[in-house]
Amino acid sequence: MTDRKIDEATGVPTMGHEWDGIEELDNPMPRWWLWTFYATIVFAVGYCIAYPAIPLLERATAGTLGWSSHRQLAEEMAKGQAAHASTLAALAKVDIATLDPKSPLMQAAVEGGRAAFKINCAACHGAGAAGTRGYPNLNDDDWLWGGSRAEIHETLMHGIRQPGNDATRMSQMPAFGRDGILKPEEIQAVVSFVRAASHQETVGGSARRGAALYAANCAMCHGTDAKGGRAFGAPNLTDAIWLYGGDREALTATVTNARYGVMPAWNKTLDAATLNMLTAYVHSLGGGE
Amino acid sequence: MNMPPSGLPALPRKLYARRPDIFPRAIDGFFRRLKWVVMAVTLAIYYVTPWLRWNRGAYAPDQAVLVDLAHRRFYFFSIEIWPHEFYYVAGLLVMAGIGLFLVTSTVGRAWCGYACPQTVWTDLFLHVERAIDGDRNAQLRLKKAPWTASKIGRRVLKHGSWLFIGLVTGGAWVFYFADAPTLAHDLVTGEAAHVAYATIAILTATTYIFGGFMREQVCLYMCPWPRIQGAMLDERSLIVTYKDWRGEPRSHGVKRSDESGDCIDCQACVQVCPVGIDIRNGAQFACITCALCIDACDQMMDKVGRPRGLIDYATLEDCKAEAAGAAPVPVTRTLFRPRTLAYFAVWSAVGLAMVFALGARARLDLTTAHDRNPLWVQLSGGDVRNAYTVKIRNMESRPRTLRLAIEGLEQGVMWDSLSDATAAGRMMTVSVAPDQVEAHRIYVRAPGRGPATEDFHFIIAAADGSSDSARDEARFDRPEMQP
Repeated sequence: MTDRKIDEATGVPTMGHEWDGIEELDNPMPRWWLWTFYATIVFAVGYCIAYPAIPLLERATAGTLGWSSHRQLAEEMAKGQAAHASTLAALAKVDIATLDPKSPLMQAAVEGGRAAFKINCAACHGAGAAGTRGYPNLNDDDWLWGGSRAEIHETLMHGIRQPGNDATRMSQMPAFGRDGILKPEEIQAVVSFVRAASHQETVGGSARRGAALYAANCAMCHGTDAKGGRAFGAPNLTDAIWLYGGDREALTATVTNARYGVMPAWNKTLDAATLNMLTAYVHSLGGGE
Repeated sequence: MNMPPSGLPALPRKLYARRPDIFPRAIDGFFRRLKWVVMAVTLAIYYVTPWLRWNRGAYAPDQAVLVDLAHRRFYFFSIEIWPHEFYYVAGLLVMAGIGLFLVTSTVGRAWCGYACPQTVWTDLFLHVERAIDGDRNAQLRLKKAPWTASKIGRRVLKHGSWLFIGLVTGGAWVFYFADAPTLAHDLVTGEAAHVAYATIAILTATTYIFGGFMREQVCLYMCPWPRIQGAMLDERSLIVTYKDWRGEPRSHGVKRSDESGDCIDCQACVQVCPVGIDIRNGAQFACITCALCIDACDQMMDKVGRPRGLIDYATLEDCKAEAAGAAPVPVTRTLFRPRTLAYFAVWSAVGLAMVFALGARARLDLTTAHDRNPLWVQLSGGDVRNAYTVKIRNMESRPRTLRLAIEGLEQGVMWDSLSDATAAGRMMTVSVAPDQVEAHRIYVRAPGRGPATEDFHFIIAAADGSSDSARDEARFDRPEMQP
């Protein structure tokens, strides 16, 4: 520190530096400020004793209060579950198929189902349930196994093509090309028929030839009018919705090799309340019947 | 007690300084009476406001000024502010800021000296102290006196009174945030929310500490305004000034001669100052321009037969002119000059814009959010369906029946998630509860053939005969690849 001058006007020493002729006075701090500073130090010491603070080799000191962020999370989770316990108990017992859609319990089921869907179902059906090729869009009004709440619940419970589950949804489509049931040109005729039935092509000679082949090979499951059969999970072939694509190439591949969907039987892993909530949510997406 | 210059501690130097005790003497005069009036008015506004009632009908609270945090509403007499209208509060803050500039550039730190809560409550605490301990000299004596029963009694009474004022002050604050009579009952019976008691406790403590102990230290060390106000003041702003060309050289009555100035060095101006400064040292940042020194000096000048105004409100420009021998200038002249008029123009422009916006604002509104996942849904019949969340705001305190319709998007029909597609139409009726936002999930269906995106509008109109309506743009999406 350079030699300190005393400011003439105030009698206060200066800090000994100046900028553009302005000098800083060295006024003392107010004492309450000092005590406030001490108080923060005392607080910090107390905090370090009460809470985890000092890092050691493995983990930080535990703190006398025993607080940790993991424990706080666990407590808050438990609190949240306790808060929802009565609603979940009611949802486990309710018959979701006949529950009044405007009741508060249904609103709760839809919201709970929204969360459960993202955890369990979004991997295949997408976060917004829009599906993708091979995984049905649950927003639309086309259902392989039925879109009523009872039917959705049944599908969720037992899944699709689950071995060892007698009640599972089982679809069986022959691989018409691979197994040699139809010849390639016969398959093309069937494809023409299907594309004409779904108004993607005008009816020509190929489609007319395909009609007879369809009646002999496909109508048993997909129906004589090609509108599908929910007992077999056979899709409606006349509508605008295609699970594996409605173009000629995709249809040829489908008829040649057949397609099978699978879905887990969720009654093994999810509880009754969650199954009901998922049913309510899927039904609420806009295509429920 | 001889105060060092500017209230600063004398040498020898210490790193940390005790607060010097300040015992301002009571004084009467024009500015003291003005201070009484401002104090009475501001305290009355603060304590009484939450108890005023205002009838808003059956569906809204009847408290005139209410900050309803739980329901996110702010009621101010006939005005009701919703969260999305918070810019009115921003506007008020802008007006408060510019108003402070306007007042400061015109009449100096009038805010600090008269209207600032710190000043008002400190003043209140000072009066309580004087009522219990007596005026300055009695307080000085009492401070040195031994701890007798009488002194202990006075101290207990003083701190008890201060704590009571603090409690009432903190208590009044929470009434702005809940129905005052209900909350008062709950507070007494111990049923009020913890946050109410915590708020009262904190405000009681801060009022007691800031008003009883910190006092001018809040202005000197904690408040940023004294540091900024230098930029607001100029040589034509009114400030409290000691006219040294008239007062100097100072003299005590006995030693007066023809060369003596008017200042008789009686220390009255120093003794009445609540900040503990000597205004005769010139303008200084610690001065809150409460003007009590003017009252004190005027009294003395009357006694010794000299003209008033040795310490006076004056502009620096006028001081210079007066010192050079010019006649005193009327203070009203400082009110109207380009700088103050410019501040006033900005201030009133913001105010007028807010009043205009307040009068023209809609009390019915809707916002639409298009579902993004999925953006569109292909329906089996070939149509495409989009989903929207339509939020309808009824900002009036009565239930309303409204018509929600789509405008544009020919052949588009809608229904809501609580009904089904068989109820689809171009228009539907919705009821909205008073003072509520209600969200409806709306499905819109339109033919699959068409542009990939198509703009249309959701509109709501009152079905109850009034002409209120609102609209919001929405977008209909279709698959880009069309069969």
